[in-house]
Amino acid sequence: MSNGVDLAGFEEETAAPAGRQVALIDLLDRLLTGGAVLTGDLVLSVADVDLVRINLRAVIHSIGPDSPAPW
Amino acid sequence: MGNEEETAVYVYAVTREVPEAEAAVAALPGVLGTPVRTVSEGGLTALAGRVPAHLFGEEALKRQLEDLEQLESMARAHNAVVEAVTARTLALPLRLATVYLDEERVREMLRERAEEFRELLGRLEGHLELGVKVYADPQHRPAASEQSGAGERAPAARAAVSPGRAYLQQRRMQRRSREDAYRSAEQAAAAVAAEAELIAVDRVRHRLQQGELAAGPGQNIANDAYLVPVAQAEEFRRRVLAAGEAPGVRVEVTGPWAPYSFATPPPDAAPAPAGEGPAGGAVAGAPGSGER
Repeated sequence: MSNGVDLAGFEEETAAPAGRQVALIDLLDRLLTGGAVLTGDLVLSVADVDLVRINLRAVIHSIGPDSPAPW
Repeated sequence: MGNEEETAVYVYAVTREVPEAEAAVAALPGVLGTPVRTVSEGGLTALAGRVPAHLFGEEALKRQLEDLEQLESMARAHNAVVEAVTARTLALPLRLATVYLDEERVREMLRERAEEFRELLGRLEGHLELGVKVYADPQHRPAASEQSGAGERAPAARAAVSPGRAYLQQRRMQRRSREDAYRSAEQAAAAVAAEAELIAVDRVRHRLQQGELAAGPGQNIANDAYLVPVAQAEEFRRRVLAAGEAPGVRVEVTGPWAPYSFATPPPDAAPAPAGEGPAGGAVAGAPGSGER
């Protein structure tokens, strides 16, 4: 445990017994707009190519013309 | 890439080169159940694993990510690797679906970005990320004493008037309680942010959550990520929840997370990447702070 942070050990008394399952929407907030952005070889980056912006919004967000795409 | 046997290398996170990194992922499946290995160069290690190349070209990846089930499975696998590493050592999480042609290209990337990685790792050392979400939730009444007198009288009054009037009365009360909830949630959000910033060293605002995946009652009015010293994480959580206690307001603290929201340098602090073409602009396009 050198320099490590036990992310699952936080607030154990309220954690689900079978292990913590984070909400997908919170995870996507981080994985699609956070995280270090590097220029990969196959795809520049999720953000760059607007991969997810195109259709995911239909799945995830109730989008109107005044409501910009999430990612 | 047309050949189904060809592989590419998916990168999850970057750490300093320490034995813990390799141990953390030794038996852990990565995306699509693929094994995770380490690729090291110049004192830095990338947690990386081979994936079928034909699934990670632009078109194929797009199809994967547009399928909510596949997206979820990739996101959870990515996060599982990042969390396992974070439990053992300081790690810089990468954005979903960062893929290289082979290990040599990963080493090249580690060489080229070494300075930036060291700087970021230094900044994140000893910190974790906590999410704070504030909701206006008219149904949510933490304290019964907060009920207004009008609210208490309403059922009896309704019985005495015509159904139409009762309906209007009820609508009016609902509207008032919704407006109250918003006002009090805005105030709570400000109080929460003020309290959070006493402890946190940085903040990133995520977009407000809405739509199908935004489960749970109430309307999200703040969705922030804070970078918090590990030793003060519990205190942060306690104080933020206390600061947000109000009728019609719900505050949720999520995490701790690996520091995803703080893994990109602020735009002004981004070092000009030497020897890179216009593609280097990807970094500047993803600010490490501010509105998203």
